[in-house]
Amino acid sequence: MARVAAVTGNEAVAEALRQINPDVCAAYPITPQTELMQRFSSFVANGKVDTEIILVESEHSAMSACVGAAAAGGRVATATCGPGLALMWEMLYVASGMRLPIVMAVVNRSLSAPLNIHGDHSDAMGARDSGWIQLWSENAQEAYDNTIQAFRIAEHLDIRLPVMVCMDGFIISHSIARIDYLEDDPVKNFVADYKSVYPLLDLDNPKSFGPLILTDKYHEYKRAQHEVMTRVKDVVLTVASDFEKMSGRKYELFETYRLDDAEIGIVILNSAAGTAKDVVDSFRERGVKAGLLKPRLFRPFPYEEYAQALQRLKAVAVLDRSDSFGGYGPVFMEICSALYPLAQRPAAVNKIYGLGGRDFLPQHAAEVFAELEEIARTGRVKTTKEYIGVKE
Amino acid sequence: MKPEGWRDLTPGAVILDAGNAREVKTGTWRTVDKPVFKEEHCSNCMLCWLFCPDMAVIVKDGKMVGFDYEYCKGCGICAFECPGKKGQKAIFMEEEKK
Repeated sequence: MARVAAVTGNEAVAEALRQINPDVCAAYPITPQTELMQRFSSFVANGKVDTEIILVESEHSAMSACVGAAAAGGRVATATCGPGLALMWEMLYVASGMRLPIVMAVVNRSLSAPLNIHGDHSDAMGARDSGWIQLWSENAQEAYDNTIQAFRIAEHLDIRLPVMVCMDGFIISHSIARIDYLEDDPVKNFVADYKSVYPLLDLDNPKSFGPLILTDKYHEYKRAQHEVMTRVKDVVLTVASDFEKMSGRKYELFETYRLDDAEIGIVILNSAAGTAKDVVDSFRERGVKAGLLKPRLFRPFPYEEYAQALQRLKAVAVLDRSDSFGGYGPVFMEICSALYPLAQRPAAVNKIYGLGGRDFLPQHAAEVFAELEEIARTGRVKTTKEYIGVKE
Repeated sequence: MKPEGWRDLTPGAVILDAGNAREVKTGTWRTVDKPVFKEEHCSNCMLCWLFCPDMAVIVKDGKMVGFDYEYCKGCGICAFECPGKKGQKAIFMEEEKK
C-alpha cells in the first residue's frame, strides 16, 4: 500500500533513509543538500531511527568517518553536493578501493569559481572515475526509489561497492512533487539486515584495512576493482526486478522514451529529461520520429546496451549539464565511445546546457531536435560541441 | 601462501592473517651499520626491546640475548637509548662488512 505525499526531493531521500535506518551517518551541511540531512537529523533526534550521527568539520572528514564506520562493520549513509563532494575526493577512492558499501545522496550542484549553489552535474561527473557506482534520478520519486535500491546494490555480495544516488540541486531537491512512498515494513524487508563480510570490530578475527601496496601488487588490486565493476549492471537489474515486484515501478540501466522507431534522439540526464520528453511528444505530434534516452546507471557505463538502444538513430544529440573544459561533455564522450564500434552509427553532437542552474526550457530541446532533423536529412554536422541557452 | 594473481586478492586489500608483518624481512633494508650486543654491559632494562620499531631484539627468560638481524633495519635507536652499565653501553653500532 502506497502513501502518497507532496514532498521535496531532499525530504523524499531523508524518508528513504529513515525507513532503512542505517547504523552510522556522518555528514556536513552544504546547500542544497542541507535540508536532506537536517530532516534526517530530526529523525535521529526524535528517536525515529537508531542511527548514530557523527557531526564533523568538513566533507573530507565526513567521508573519512563513513569509511571507518563501514570498515568497522556498519551500514553507512551520507549526503553531500558540489564543493562538498569535491572536498571528499581523496576519500571517495578510499571507500571504493576498500570495497565499502556506503550509500551517498549527491544533490548535484555546480563547482566554484564563480561561486554558485545551483544545480548542475559538475560535482558527480568529477567523481565518475572514483570507483563509485552512480545512479541518476529524474525526480523525487526516482531519488527515493534509487536510494532504497542503492543499499541492495552496494551490499550485494558480488559487489560490495559504494553507491552515489544523484538528483538535481534545487530543481528536484527543493521542489515539492507528488511521491508514492512505500510502507516501512516492505522497505525494511527489501534492504534486509546488513552483515559486513570483514568487520573490524569482530575482535575474534583480527584484520587490517588500508595496507601499503606498492609496485608488486597495486596494479593487480586495480584490475580486481575493474572486474567487480563489470558485475554491477547485472546486480542493478536483479535489484530493479525485485523492486518492481514490491513497488510496481520499473527500473533499468537507462530509460528510453519513444526511442524504438525514432530517427533522431536526445540523450539527457536527470530533471531536464522530463522537460525534453514533453518536447519529444510535440515533435511526434508533428510526425517527426523523435525519441529520448535518459541514463540511470552512469558508472559503470553499460556501453553495449547504450549502443544497441541508439544504433538505429540517424542523429543523436547528447546534452551535458557539465563541461570538461577543453574536451567534450562527459556524457557525450561515453555515448561516442559506445557508438564507435558500430559499423553504422548515428551522427552525434554535444550540447552543453544548464550550468549553474540555468533553466533548461522546452524551446532549448526543440531547437536541438530541429537541428537533429537537419543533420538527419543532410548527414552534415556543423559544430560538434556547442553551448545552448547561453547569452551571446 | 601468498596470493599471486589479481583473482587471488582479498576484497579491498583487507589483511586477514593477523601478525603477518613477520613475513616482511626488514633486515634486507639495512645498509651501513648494525647493532652489536655486549652482554657484560647489559642491565636487562629492556629499553632496546621497547624502542625497537620492528622485532629485532631477542629476549629469552626476561633477558636480552642478542639481535635477529632479519628484522633489523640498522636504525640505531636501540644503541641510542641503551643506558648500559657504569657508563658503558651494551649496544653500539658497527659498520657491517659485506
